Formats: sequence, structure tokens, C-alpha cells
Amino acid sequence: MRILTRVAYVLGLPVVLVLLWWVLTIDSTNFFVPEPGELAATFVDTWIGPRFREDVLPSVARFTVGTLLAIVLGVAAGLLIGSVRWLRSLLEPMLEFFRALPPPVLVPVLMLLIGVDNRMKVLVIVFGAIWPVLLNTVEGVRAVDPVLVDTARTYGLTRLTRLRTLVLPSAAPQIAAGVRQALSIGLILMVISEMFASSSGLGFTIVVFQRSFAVVEMWSGIVLLGLIGVAVSIVFQACERRVLHWYYGQKEVQHGR
Amino acid sequence: MEGDSVTVQNASRDGVDAPVVLSVQGLQKIYTADSGDVEAVRDLTFELRQGELVCLVGPSGCGKTTLLRCIAGLLEPTAGTVLLDGAVVTAPPKKMAVVFQEYGRSLFAWMTVRQNVELPLKNAGMPKAERRKVVSTALHAVGLEHAETSYPWQLSGGMQQRVAIARAVAYEPEVLLMDEPFAAVDAQTRADLEDLIRRVWKDLGITVLFVTHDIDESVYLGERVLILSNSPTVVQEDLTIDLPAERDQLATRSMPRFTELRTHVYAEIQKAKRGSGADA
Repeated sequence: MRILTRVAYVLGLPVVLVLLWWVLTIDSTNFFVPEPGELAATFVDTWIGPRFREDVLPSVARFTVGTLLAIVLGVAAGLLIGSVRWLRSLLEPMLEFFRALPPPVLVPVLMLLIGVDNRMKVLVIVFGAIWPVLLNTVEGVRAVDPVLVDTARTYGLTRLTRLRTLVLPSAAPQIAAGVRQALSIGLILMVISEMFASSSGLGFTIVVFQRSFAVVEMWSGIVLLGLIGVAVSIVFQACERRVLHWYYGQKEVQHGR
Repeated sequence: MEGDSVTVQNASRDGVDAPVVLSVQGLQKIYTADSGDVEAVRDLTFELRQGELVCLVGPSGCGKTTLLRCIAGLLEPTAGTVLLDGAVVTAPPKKMAVVFQEYGRSLFAWMTVRQNVELPLKNAGMPKAERRKVVSTALHAVGLEHAETSYPWQLSGGMQQRVAIARAVAYEPEVLLMDEPFAAVDAQTRADLEDLIRRVWKDLGITVLFVTHDIDESVYLGERVLILSNSPTVVQEDLTIDLPAERDQLATRSMPRFTELRTHVYAEIQKAKRGSGADA
């Protein structure tokens, strides 16, 4: 019964919105707004088939590689910068500068520097998605409880043990918040990087549909992007619950359940 | 002053049998700040012999925590030295463990009770089989053998502090420092934990330095009580607690001698509060 209630909550609003959309478009002749049935059929025709392998999978692969690289590099650099005080003082103003640069402006620059291949697209994703991870990690490392640091020192924990058992887990909730942002930035940059000088990918295909007035196909591409976003978020939440179960447990206890 | 009329023993006159483990000599700590220097500790000198349980008591804000952090090697004194087994303490020594007041913040929330106790041993490279045995013994000693797979935040405050004590005990330190460990637990739990400390101290034969602001607690627990003056701090009195070795929450606390001693300590601390530390 509880599961049914949960499902009802998850699907309730989408079902209502689709119904509303269906009612409003039932005798619409607007060329730019398809009705739900038409869109669903187009979705299947457009994306289930060779295009899935040729456009969707390469896009998702670039997104995955780029975002994972951003997370790994961001956490590693963040741990280093957060633990070494002089390094932090030295780098922090510059980090703010790089973070303030909108990554899409780098697409033309990177195209000139390294060409229009996958490396460019992955690099654009890394460059945009790394900042929230990096800066959140630095903050998380700085916020490690001083009593825990003293405890680790009195028991003579080695540097590596301290990093693995104290700093990293303690900063993990904040790192997760950074990763959450990085995922949505990565998705945006995946699309944008494919809109320039590309011959495959979701961003490219959606732009092609748009330019050839294949409006329903274009809409179906946007729906697909939304679905990918939902899938990414589900995977992220599952990982987060697993890694940070102690954090949520502690919070529940503190707030009296 | 009714406390002054009671005969009390000065501790430095006896107890010369066991070797000195911890020696604090002329310890001074001055915090430098933009708004001016603050002298938290002026000139502290005292010794702990092996197997002693000594309580440090003083008015609030007299630099007890500063002193303890200097002894633990977490803070560098401005002047003076701390010697552990004759060696100068410059960093947290291997043979020392500390139990902090903030139990909730001194345990690793992402580790189970067992993992928390095990971590220092693992770090020191103790083999797995031995580790398991030592951890089980320590958890049994504090009465937490049933909670080893729980997380610290699932336990009550008193139980969390027991985990911290188990971790310190399993580490098998020569000297155990405790910084107002029971200040944040309720009175009943506190009584249990006091008896636990007495028991662990007796069973393991370790040297314990117990910092507290609670006068009754210091008299009940200690074999000796060091009374600190107001800041800037000096040792105002080194008092031997000549109560029977077997302490009991009801029997000991209702002894006339207990009342005498606590009255004496109380009077000394009142005196310390009125005077301005070393100048008094």
C-alpha cells in the first residue's frame, strides 16, 4: 500500500500535466505545438532505432566521461587545496575568476586549440562541471570538526589514514552537493558543446530538427533530454543514499525523526 | 573559612614509591591576539606518578583546557616543558590518549562503534585477530558489547562517551587525559561513568589526569586533587584525597571526610575566584 502511495505521488503530477496538455491540444492546429499522442509516436520513431546508437549513446558517453573526470579532478584538487593553507590563499582568487567564466564561451577557443573532436566536448564539460565540485570540496575540508582533528592527532593517525577516514567522509555531504550541481551543468554543456561544429549527438540532432522545421522531432529530443536528466538524478540519489546513509541517519536523529 | 580549619595532607610529602610518568614544569601559555596578549596559564608545575588518578579542578575559565591541550601535545606552550617518561612532549605522544568533553564531535559519525574503537589500532598496525580481541574487551569493559554495530549518533550521550572511553582504553595508553568528559551528560549517567572510570583505572593500572570543574566529582574520583587558581593560572593546592579506595556513590558521598574535603576544595576555589590568580 505504501509503495502504491509513493508511486501515485511520483506519477501524479506528470499524468495530470499530460492530460491537461492533451485536452488543450485536442483540436489545436498550431504547427509548433504537437499533441501528446503524436509526440509519443514521433519519440519512438525518432529515437528507438539507429539514432539511439549514433546520437544518444555518444552524447551520454561524453557526458559520463566529462562529468566523472570533473568529479575526480575536482575532489582531488579540492582535498589538496583545502588541506594546504598557503595553497588555498594562493589559488582562491584565481579559482573565483575561472569559475565566473561561462563555459560555453570556451567552445570556440577549444575548437581552435584542440579541434572539434570528442576531446573538445569532454573538456568543455570538465571545465564547466569541475567548479562546484572543487569549491565544495575545499569548503568541506575546511569545515572538518576541530575536535575530530584533535582526536585524529592524539591517536597519531597517519596522513593517509586521516585523509581516508576523516577528511574525505567528513567533507562527503558537501562534495555530494557539488556533484549534484556538476551533473546538471554537465548535461547542459553536453548539449551546448554539440551545437557547434558537430556531426552527431543529441545537441546536434535537436538543432538540425529545429533548422529543418521538424518541430515534433525537436520536441521529442527535448523530452529525451529531460528523461536523461531524471535518470541521472535517480542514479545520483541511489549512490548518495548509499554513501551518506550515516549523514541522513544523523540528521534524522537530530531533528527528532 | 571553615575549610581552612580542616587538616589536609599535602600530596607532595608522600607517595614517593612509584616513578614519575608525567611532569609539567613551569608551564606558561600566552595567547597572542591583535587586541593584546592573554595569559591563560602562568606557571604550572606538578607531577603524576605511575598509576595515579589525579583530578584537576579550578574555577571556570582558569585555563584547564589550555593546560590539557599543552600536555596532550596539541598546543605549544609559551614557556616551560611537559615531560612524558622523561621525554619532552612536542607533538601528541604515542603513549597518551585523550577523552574530550564533546563526545558527539570526537567520534566518527560514518563509522560504527566497533570501527571507531578499532581505528587507532588499525592505524598502529595491530594484526586483525588481536585487534578484534582488544576491541571486544574494551567494549565489554564499558558495557557496550551489544552496540558494536550501531553508529554513534544512534546512541545516547552517555553511551557515546563510553565509546570514546573504550577507544582510549583499547589504545592502551600509559597516560589517559580527560577533559571534562562528563560535563555534558545527565547526573545519573554521570554517576555511572564516574564509577566506570574508577573501575577502568583500577583494572588497567593506567595513569589518569581528569580535568573537571565539578568539585564533588574531583573529590569522589581522585586520589589527589590539584586545585588551580584563577587565570593566569598556578597550582593553588595539591591535595591528597584520603578516602577509602573502594568508592561508592552513596556511602562515600555521605562520609564526613568527603564533606570535609569537598568543603575545603570549595573554599579554596572561592578564594581563587576572589583573588586574581597568581597575584593573590
